[in-house]
Amino acid sequence: MKITFSNVDQLKSFNYFLSTNDLSDSSKLRIISETNWMNIHPACISFAAALAAEIGKEKTHIDVQNERAAMYLDRMGLYEFTSDVCHVEYTQHEETGRFIPVTRIKTEAEQSRFITDLHPVLHLTVEQSETIKYVLGELIRNVIEHSEAKNGAFVTVQYVAVKQKLSIGICDTGIGLRASLERYHMPVDDLDAIKLALMPGVSGTTARSGGTGDNAGAGLYIVKSIVKMTRNYFVVYSGDSAYKMHKYDKRVKYGPRLNEDPFMDKHTAYDNLPSFGGTLIGLDMNLGNTEEFSKTLEKIKVSYSQAIRARKARHYKEIKFE
Amino acid sequence: MIIKMLDFVGEYAENKDIARRLRIKEIMPALLDGEAVVLDFGGVSGATQSFIHALIVMPMREFGDKFFELVKFKNCSSTIKQVVQIVSEYTQEGMAIEG
Repeated sequence: MKITFSNVDQLKSFNYFLSTNDLSDSSKLRIISETNWMNIHPACISFAAALAAEIGKEKTHIDVQNERAAMYLDRMGLYEFTSDVCHVEYTQHEETGRFIPVTRIKTEAEQSRFITDLHPVLHLTVEQSETIKYVLGELIRNVIEHSEAKNGAFVTVQYVAVKQKLSIGICDTGIGLRASLERYHMPVDDLDAIKLALMPGVSGTTARSGGTGDNAGAGLYIVKSIVKMTRNYFVVYSGDSAYKMHKYDKRVKYGPRLNEDPFMDKHTAYDNLPSFGGTLIGLDMNLGNTEEFSKTLEKIKVSYSQAIRARKARHYKEIKFE
Repeated sequence: MIIKMLDFVGEYAENKDIARRLRIKEIMPALLDGEAVVLDFGGVSGATQSFIHALIVMPMREFGDKFFELVKFKNCSSTIKQVVQIVSEYTQEGMAIEG
């Protein structure tokens, strides 16, 4: 396998990153970059770390000649998952407030610790950290509960304070969305599985609309809605397909409309990508205060209820007229 | 019965194992006995939908109207209130579908 980092690997052009990877030979992993500088999303780091952990340190190598690129990958914790050592000597600046290097989380207890430590590590106030705690709480729990990934979730976070912008990548090498949903639903392909996973009330643990007592099938829908409300990109990659929700540029008073069907959002869908057995999620979002987050949740509440009512209407039996 | 959530979940409620445990060991038995339950979120800044779902959906489905009579939420932040309302509304909509 080969992962190539470039200088355009942000979510806007994430399909380029996904399509340039070679996932065919799973006996070894080579991580390369031939550019002079790297501009990559945390999702790329999480993806590389998850694959490296799956293959093993001894069979994973980072082949990056540019010093700044090597330093960057070292600071983001990627060398920890290989047998290589960063060849560049440099002064390590305090990472607090800027990023959280790729972190492996396997249990709910580890998840709780990670989330508790978030706001001091990122230098956020408790109010500012509400949204990120919510988003990471849902995404990490999804992996632990549904992915069957023996290595857990690989989470990387970057924070640009001046823009109050957070970028998050979370990846697992579990069974993927299609296999997870096939137990109770009938996705026709990987892209259909991604669509189902993003719809409210569709859970991998039951065919029942609205879920079980333990699972609602709402987590990804709410996370995607939060990203949409903060006008940012959201990407899911699983199997040979990927879904990218575009940034909602237009500023309107009550924010963008939230759709039950992710394909109703402005998006691009990709298939025929290199086949990836697990699930990768990448997103950007802006931090607001508690009041803004509360308003976002209010809007999600209304859209969620509308979605359930619309589904209910589709279940009405039809009267026959002669 | 008053359940001080802070003692179980810390400042952020996202651990579903804890929600499940509280539901099975505390909330359901109390409701079976017809006892009122107060879920006191004082000191807890937020909660995920998954946590609240695991905590209250099963009792809502099993006890119906009795759940709303006996269970009260106290000292909820604005975001916790919203999440509880999201879960409550979609659960009731779902119950209406099933008739």
